[in-house]
Amino acid sequence: MKYEPVIGLEVHVELNTKSKMFCRCSADYFGKEPNTHTCPVCLGLPGALPYINEQAINDCIKIGLALGCTISEKSLFERKNYFYPDLPKGYQISQYRWPLCVGGKITLDSGEVIRINRAHQEEDTGKLTHKDGVTLIDFNRSGVPLVEIVTEPDFTNVEQIRDYAKKLQQLFRYLGVSNADMERGDMRLEANISVRPVGQKELPPYRVELKNINSFRFMVAAVEYEIKRQITAIEKGEKLSQETRGWDEDKKCTYLQRSKEEAHDYRYFPEPDLPELILEHKKIQQIKNSLPELPWIKSGRYKKELNIRVEDAVRVTESIGMSQFFENAVEHGKDHGINPQDIVNYIINKKPDIETVLPTQIIEEIKGKAIGVVGDVGELKKLAKQAIKDNPKAVEDYKKGKEAALQVLIGAIMRLSAGKAEVGKVKQILAKLLLEKDGDQYA
Amino acid sequence: MKLTKDQVRLGRDKVKHVAKLANLPLTPEEEEKYSEQLSKILDYIDQLNSVDTKGVEPTFNVSGLSNVMRKDESLASLTQEEALQNPSQKQEGFFVTKRVIGEENG
Repeated sequence: MKYEPVIGLEVHVELNTKSKMFCRCSADYFGKEPNTHTCPVCLGLPGALPYINEQAINDCIKIGLALGCTISEKSLFERKNYFYPDLPKGYQISQYRWPLCVGGKITLDSGEVIRINRAHQEEDTGKLTHKDGVTLIDFNRSGVPLVEIVTEPDFTNVEQIRDYAKKLQQLFRYLGVSNADMERGDMRLEANISVRPVGQKELPPYRVELKNINSFRFMVAAVEYEIKRQITAIEKGEKLSQETRGWDEDKKCTYLQRSKEEAHDYRYFPEPDLPELILEHKKIQQIKNSLPELPWIKSGRYKKELNIRVEDAVRVTESIGMSQFFENAVEHGKDHGINPQDIVNYIINKKPDIETVLPTQIIEEIKGKAIGVVGDVGELKKLAKQAIKDNPKAVEDYKKGKEAALQVLIGAIMRLSAGKAEVGKVKQILAKLLLEKDGDQYA
Repeated sequence: MKLTKDQVRLGRDKVKHVAKLANLPLTPEEEEKYSEQLSKILDYIDQLNSVDTKGVEPTFNVSGLSNVMRKDESLASLTQEEALQNPSQKQEGFFVTKRVIGEENG
């Protein structure tokens, strides 16, 4: 018999608000001295009361709207009770029966649709470090706003998971609600996996939760391992059960963290210290109007309006910065008879650094190609030395760390070469020359 | 008044379970005692069931308020010394507890 996996994902994303979810401690905790960003609220001291950060609620609604969710008219926080040292209050303020956003969807590059069950607001926990037989606790992260996005069990392979995670990360960055850096733990993934015979409609009677896996690569490895493990077990006639498993990177296998018998009983109940949220249509409409053009809408528009290939449109909409660079280049290109596809090709092949190269420069370069671009290293080096000599101030600024000063030098070289110098090479040559400390080198 | 077996709403097993979830160590005598006391409390609360609440929305908050929110501004936090005044054990700026390995970010 053939089996297929059934996978649902939970993504946690830390919002980049200035202050924490329920207190005014700074939420900018990463890499800071331990326990320097705390107060009675996020330390769970008796008598302290939570106070909702409106920006976090708006950000959660933004995420929900972008995922096509319905924003609840009434939303409540609840207490999720469990004992663990990363949680000073003995409960996490989260949402359960009245989440902010429900029922959305996201379409993958393959065209497959992943249904979103909910997106809700909660708070992050403290950070634990296990060392020398004890556990050290840093509460700087305790209470940082966290949004959890839960899908329906719609994934059947790791490629879909990869695409989904990438799309969410891109979305968070477009919306400006999180840096969504997985390495730093801004964005974390959990997967619920089970397998069933191909053709079976019902969900399997168990599911395995993969948790606390702090890198995307490890999550993919863990999911692949888990699919194989479960199929093998079923084929051997073993009965699989509800459990939580982690990933052992050394042994390259998943391992049991918690079985069904120890399953948590969170005893959710409405948080009595927080009045309910009533979300009026007008406010939701305002937030909706403030959303940027979403990446998948933008790429569709580029394909249609600019007549470029869809996979290229996806490439130039990877980030808002890239899409702005592209749009500026297209605009400038119009005046010089350069079409959008030429610009896309240039961006994909040459990978210009959009932080330092100007859109007008790549148009000059694409144009230059037609009329003989200067790409000779010796020739360019001569021009670069001249530019360095002519612009001592820019050189000084650059050495002080002002990256933007490089622009002045590139501009000078473009002028010297009548716009024919190849920008990519110019940059390399300049950077190399500027690294050489001795001023005499420029003579 | 001692409850008969039929009257015990919350048996020892339930009490044990709840105590474990609340991280409370109970002696067998205490389990017995709390089983009785909590059962009586449940019965007392049960009196509310005699009131007809059809069509009445549950009340979770009696303040009558909604949308109590603040601007996203950060203020000074406690210093590390202040934050670490209470724990029985501390080390290099951290709170210290006996070693736990298991689930985080529940």
